[in-house]
Amino acid sequence: MIRRAPVLLLAALLAGAAAAEERFIILQSTTSTRNSGLFDFILPKFRASTGIEARVVAVGTGQAIRNAARGDGDVLLVHDREAEERFVAAGHGGARHDVMYNDFAIVGPAADPARIAGARDAAAALAAIARARAVFASRGDDSGTHKAELRLWRAAGIDPAAHSGTWYRETGSGMGATLNTGVGMGAYVLTDRATWIAFGNKRGHRIAVEGDPRLFNQYGVVAVSKARHPRAKAALARRFVDWILSDEGQAAIASYRVDGQQLFFPNAARRGRVR
Amino acid sequence: MPETALLSARGLAFEAGGGRPVDGVDIDVRAGASVAVMGANGAGKSLLLRLLHGLIAPAAGEVRWRGGPLDRAARRAQAMVFQRPVMLRRSVGANLRFALAARGIAGAERAARQEEAVERARLRGLAHRPARVLSAGEQQRLAVARALACAPELLLLDEPTASLDPASTQAVEALIREARESGVATVTVTHDAGQARRLADELVFLDAGRVAEAGSTAQVLDAPRSEPARAWLEGRLHVGAAR
Amino acid sequence: MSPVVHMMLFQCINFGKEILQEMDGFWQALGRAVGLIVGGDAELIGIVGLSLRVSLGAVAVACLIGLPLGAAVGAFRFPGRAAASVVLNALMGLPPVVVGLVVYLMLSAAGPFGVLGLLYTPAAMTIAQTILVAPIVAALTRQVVEDLDREYAEQFASLGVGPLRRLTALLWDARYALLTVALAGFGRAVAEVGAVMIVGGNIAHATRTMTTAIALETSKGNLELALALGVVLVAIAVAVTGAAMTLRASAARLAYA
Repeated sequence: MIRRAPVLLLAALLAGAAAAEERFIILQSTTSTRNSGLFDFILPKFRASTGIEARVVAVGTGQAIRNAARGDGDVLLVHDREAEERFVAAGHGGARHDVMYNDFAIVGPAADPARIAGARDAAAALAAIARARAVFASRGDDSGTHKAELRLWRAAGIDPAAHSGTWYRETGSGMGATLNTGVGMGAYVLTDRATWIAFGNKRGHRIAVEGDPRLFNQYGVVAVSKARHPRAKAALARRFVDWILSDEGQAAIASYRVDGQQLFFPNAARRGRVR
Repeated sequence: MPETALLSARGLAFEAGGGRPVDGVDIDVRAGASVAVMGANGAGKSLLLRLLHGLIAPAAGEVRWRGGPLDRAARRAQAMVFQRPVMLRRSVGANLRFALAARGIAGAERAARQEEAVERARLRGLAHRPARVLSAGEQQRLAVARALACAPELLLLDEPTASLDPASTQAVEALIREARESGVATVTVTHDAGQARRLADELVFLDAGRVAEAGSTAQVLDAPRSEPARAWLEGRLHVGAAR
Repeated sequence: MSPVVHMMLFQCINFGKEILQEMDGFWQALGRAVGLIVGGDAELIGIVGLSLRVSLGAVAVACLIGLPLGAAVGAFRFPGRAAASVVLNALMGLPPVVVGLVVYLMLSAAGPFGVLGLLYTPAAMTIAQTILVAPIVAALTRQVVEDLDREYAEQFASLGVGPLRRLTALLWDARYALLTVALAGFGRAVAEVGAVMIVGGNIAHATRTMTTAIALETSKGNLELALALGVVLVAIAVAVTGAAMTLRASAARLAYA
């Protein structure tokens, strides 16, 4: 094992540094929450309140859940309720809690080739896009947004995979990268509102469809189970979950604004006091 | 033979490209002897020198050193100087120290021998200069001095002055003569009959990988008995025996 | 003028305007980025520092492995030597994402080295980049040493130089060429994003490097800022290379021809 030697050497070198910064947790979360700037706003408040640093690994919901299921993280904060519940049922995490919501929107070019601007019915809008064979850029990465998009296609009775590579373009990338691609191609994109508002490269793109109840986007939080993953920092993770569900944490979420707009709406069930 | 030769080769052959550029060479070098090896281009002179030094392995025959095998210890009793001096990318002194260290010479002794070699090569004051900025003549002087610093019993020289001007040639020859006078045996490959007379008592004339003629330098050069040697000395092109 | 030509002309002018606006944004962003560095912005300086620490650390470890390995393959004759050269050359093209993934699986809590707790740390990033850089150092060292050995081989054999002394002498005498080799490795490391993103996690104030910060700003649609950070990264690479070459030149003046 030639590779083992440098690994151990580096481990020894870093052992001292690691001991000094034990009070942190790894938060497996999504690009939408990170890119919108929410974490930069609320995590310092969490630290001020508890002294714990939360380090965010922002990937798609699917990958975040898989990372956490390998024990590479202490808390999961994502937006795919079914997948979160499977994660808990498999024993990887404790209870799942609603934290906050926002909504998805379909954004598209100003020219609006599918003529869907102002529509309320998201599934009908997707059907119109398919009929017009207007370009649609999909995340295609098993993320929470991707799953939500696929649910809408099912509701519209269309299998977009059959058109992959023609008008249906799967980027296999994060929300921001997909928006960049969509803007570049003049494509429609399903995006969470928070990322869209904070996104800096909109050019002519604008929101075409919003307000459909099916565009509701719920975020949940789960602490990784110490029984299943012995390296998980269960006590610190517990503090984070308690805090973000507390009045203080919920108020912090509600007070985050970009350009005067609130991006996330706290909706944790009422719980006891924060410990 | 009353005494065992310092170095003796019997039936020495080397194979390359399906042919034998060295084929069945016998040669003896007594302690303190000085031998010149001459012959036309491609006669096998340089290859013979490398076989004698053990840098390449013979296809047939063998080289004996003081009656024993040509092993690592035997090679350490020899030193070789190449046509183009090979200098490390270091100072003059470091080049000398490297050679001495490779030969297992200890620290204090090394410094003394380095000093002596710099002196001998008349490179005093240049010990800290990078060896590769020296002139070609200075570099070859350094190469000979480096070889002699290892205190060899036999010094092998492969056309040591072929790319030098007359003054540099003289300086290098002076170094070789000094070594001879102090009892070091020498084998010098050369194209220069005058150099052979100046540096060697004996001469071996090679033709197409074989010994065409061997004898005292004066005899071979003044009264060659073999056709290849005669032809070479008269400046004629001799076509070697086809093989 | 036909309406089509008119239309095309109009679009060209529009496009030109857009480019000019973009460039405006870029210069502003570049000014901002440079201002942040000059003004001692702790976050950006931390990112630059981590990039340098991780990449230089990886190059150092890669040299510890790659220099002797490459020199041995270049200087010694052994069975399988040609195959070893081919493998080293091929490994130069290791895809960073694949290396990142393999290192992730090794260091993951569920992986064989999970107990070390190195995932999402600079150490993990250094390990991944070491794996990327070591083959480059080894393969280029092999070439450099093989060429030098061709020149030295007979003289060394004549002097009876042993294997270890031979190896160290070849490495030392090739030091200036090998500095360029190390710089090539540094270039690969500092510009790489795929591996550090996966094993480091691009965590703010912990494992965010120049390249992952650029990827992040791009994904936020802050293209000008991303580009400005890119210019800063190139400037840093130029500075490091320049420093190394200056060192080389002054050392060469002292000792080498």
